This record gives sequence, structure tokens and C-alpha cells, in this order.
Amino acid sequence: MSLENRIAEIIVSRLNVKPEEVTDIANLKDDLGADSLDMVDLMMDLEDTFNLKISDEEGNTLQTVGSVVAFLKTKGIEA
Amino acid sequence: MSDKRVVITGLGVFSPIGNTTSEAWKNAVDGNSGVGRLSNIDPEPFTSQVAGEVKDFDPVALLGPKNARRNDRYTQLAMAAAEQAWEASGLSGETIDPERVGVIIGSGVGGMETFETQHTTALDRGPRRISSMFVPMMISNMAAGQVAIDLNAKGPNFATVTACASSSHAIACSVDSIRLGRAEVMVTGGSEAPLTLMSIGGFCSMKALCTTYNEEPEKASRPFDKDRAGFVIAEGSCILVIEELEHAIARGASIIAEIAGVGMSCDAHHITAPAPGGEGCARAMRMAMKDAGMKPEDVDYVNAHGTSTHLNDINETSAIRAALGDQADKVMVSSTKSVHGHMLGATGGMEVMLTALALKNGIVPPTATHESPGEGCDLDYVPGTARKADIQCALSNSLGFGGHNVCIALRKYKGDN
Repeated sequence: MSLENRIAEIIVSRLNVKPEEVTDIANLKDDLGADSLDMVDLMMDLEDTFNLKISDEEGNTLQTVGSVVAFLKTKGIEA
Repeated sequence: MSDKRVVITGLGVFSPIGNTTSEAWKNAVDGNSGVGRLSNIDPEPFTSQVAGEVKDFDPVALLGPKNARRNDRYTQLAMAAAEQAWEASGLSGETIDPERVGVIIGSGVGGMETFETQHTTALDRGPRRISSMFVPMMISNMAAGQVAIDLNAKGPNFATVTACASSSHAIACSVDSIRLGRAEVMVTGGSEAPLTLMSIGGFCSMKALCTTYNEEPEKASRPFDKDRAGFVIAEGSCILVIEELEHAIARGASIIAEIAGVGMSCDAHHITAPAPGGEGCARAMRMAMKDAGMKPEDVDYVNAHGTSTHLNDINETSAIRAALGDQADKVMVSSTKSVHGHMLGATGGMEVMLTALALKNGIVPPTATHESPGEGCDLDYVPGTARKADIQCALSNSLGFGGHNVCIALRKYKGDN
């Protein structure tokens, strides 16, 4: 499974959104309805799935689906 | 006290004896037990292996996946029951000032399952893996908060936490809120989801649960019976919409019964054992009758707390005698816990609902499992079979660990007074 698809799966499950809503430019809060509590648990999901630590500062920069993909790639995660 | 009168205009329920008001009422009247072998978790480790479980409750279908995921089962049950009550009241189609609608919902402990699950996660994987939803899901006031969001109810809002008297306190405080002019409509009752390792295990350690009918669960809750051996733990939620009488009349609401008075007291005696002679319970009953303008001889029916524990049933019997005097030999007394079990912080709501329906329908639900009275239990417990009776005034008792006593006095609503 591609990195994009794995991330989309996590977002769909955590935020209860439809897969087709999870586009590259979709904003996690404004478009996908995440509140601050969802964001904390979403970061935990990403940490668990990809076995890394996301600092609060890093987490705050993750606004869109695309920014999550890009961030994980900078951490050397490809799939 | 104010001259405002308070009536019930909507009911909603998810309980061991049914997930609609009509189903729960029918099963209470017919004496159909909702108690079975515990299935929510493995019953084997527990000395008591029976429970009153809510069947066929699908929170995803009823509340949507997001609400289902972000709320403990106790809040889910309250949300579903509140929606049902709100629809039944007819208020969903009305224009009503949100600031004049309040919500008070009681729970004995709140999100116990959430607490246990997240505690296990924290022990296994460290505190950084505790969900951000842990605190909001666990706290015992979230049912009141979440129901207010659902109904856009912006008036007085809080939870009452008095163990098995929680939802009766919620109703009492809601009645007071309307009488004091703080709201025209209150959404009230209780919710509990205690079928978890720690809840059942804790009550087992107290020797409070029935352990002698594991093979015959439907007979385990036997209030006032000589073979009673403890209560049957149960889950569920019952929510009432109550309303200032003139407000209800003005919008042509269907009125189920009047809540005419409330009484509240404390034993100030022991953390779990009732005061000798049910002294505190008797005071709450007298207070409720006085508040309602009822005399003992007016009371036709008492929906007892009747837990099926040795101490409760004998002391509550004494309390009824003390409060009603000679009328105690004439009054019908039943405990519907015989079929729905002890719903703890939700049980007062359930029993006020059934008492209201008894007044409306002219039928007294039985103590369904009652066969032979226990020593010191010498009232008319309406054993086995429901009774047709045009009852006018009724009391509903709820008593909680901590010595909390609540009595709600209800009157049949006739429409011409």
C-alpha cells in the first residue's frame, strides 16, 4: 500500500470521513472536521503506525493531508 | 414554594426490558424479565454472573460513527434515550427559547468502561498513549453536556452523582429548576453503563450482588422475597422531558402525569447500610408528600427502591410503615427491579417513568418474581401479576450509598385541574 493510502486509511478511521474526502489539499480541521482532541489522537495513530515521535511543534504544522504525507517523507518514511 | 406545577410530557428509554417506552411498560406489566446471564464480559470470574443488559443497542446506527466513537456507553445510552424523549414530547417541532431548556442527568460513576480501557492502555504502553478523549468520555457530567449539544439546550445543566439515587436527584433538581423559574422545560433522568470488570467486581466484593441464581437469572432479582440474596446489576438510561404545566397546555402537549412533589434527605448514619427502621427514607417520603399536598391516605401506590438486598428491603418496608402509618396496610408497593434489575444511577428515572405510566394507564406493575415474603416484609408487594387500579397518587423511592434518600411524588393528570 502506498504511503498516501496508509495515511488516508488512518484519517478515515479516526475522523469518520469518507475516503473520497481525503484529498491532498483537504484541511484536517476545516474540511475533515477534526477538533483539537481528534488531532492529538490522530498524531498518536501516526506515531504508532509509522513508529516515530511527532513533537507538538511538528504536529501543529500538519494542517492538510498533503502536509502529513510530506512530513512523513521528510522522516524517511516511504510506504 | 412557587405555584408553578410540573408535568411529564416526554419519555425515552434504553433498558434491559426494552428500548422504547411502550415495550418497557409492557414488559414491566407482564413481568417479563430482562435479566440474563452476563454477556458483555466473561461472567466466569465473578461470583454474581447475571445482569440486566440493554439488547440490540447500535450506537453507530443511532448516533452516527463519530458520536459513537467519542462517547462512553453511558453517554451513548443517554443521548439515544434523550432523543426519543424529545421526539415524544413534541418539542422537536416547536420554536422554543434554548435558554429556557435545561438538562440534568445523573450517573453513579459515568464512563467506567472508558476509564478501565484507558487505564489498561496507560499501564501497557505508558501515559503518552492515553487518548485525548479519555477525560471527556469518562466524566460523569458528559451525558448532560452532550445531550445539551444535541438538543441545543442552553439552560441550567449539570449532573447529579449520588450512587443509586442519582437520577432521582436529577429529577428533583429539575422540578425545582422549573418551580424557581429557571427554565420552562427540563430534560432529566439518568444513565449507567456498569457492566465492566471493576464495577461488577467491586459490587461482588461488597457482597451486594445476588450469587444464588446464576443458573436462573430471571429469578435473581426478587425484592422483598424470603430468598432474596442481593441486587442484580443492570445498565440503561431513562430520560424524561418535564415541563411547566401552563407551558405544556399552551402548546397542546400530551401530558403523562404530574410530578407533584419531591423529598430529599440523608441518613447521616453509615456509608452503605441504611439507617435503622429506614428513618431517612421515611423522612424523604414525608417531605415529598408534604411538598405535593398529599396525605398518607391519598397514596395508592409506592414504587419502592426494592433492591432485593436483605437490608434495603426490610428497612424500606419499615420506612413505608413509618411514613404512611395505617395507609401502609392498604397501599400497593412494588419493585420493578424484579424485571429490569438495578440500573444504579439510571434506576430512579426508570422507576419514575413506570410510576407515571402506572398513573396514566391505571395499572400497577407487579413485583414479578416475588413468591414468599421475607421476614419483616409485610406489605402488599403486588406479587407476580399486575393489577388494574385507578390510582391517583404515587410515590417513587430511590436510595443511594452515602445515605442519600429521594422520594418523588406523582399525581395522575386529569386535564381539568
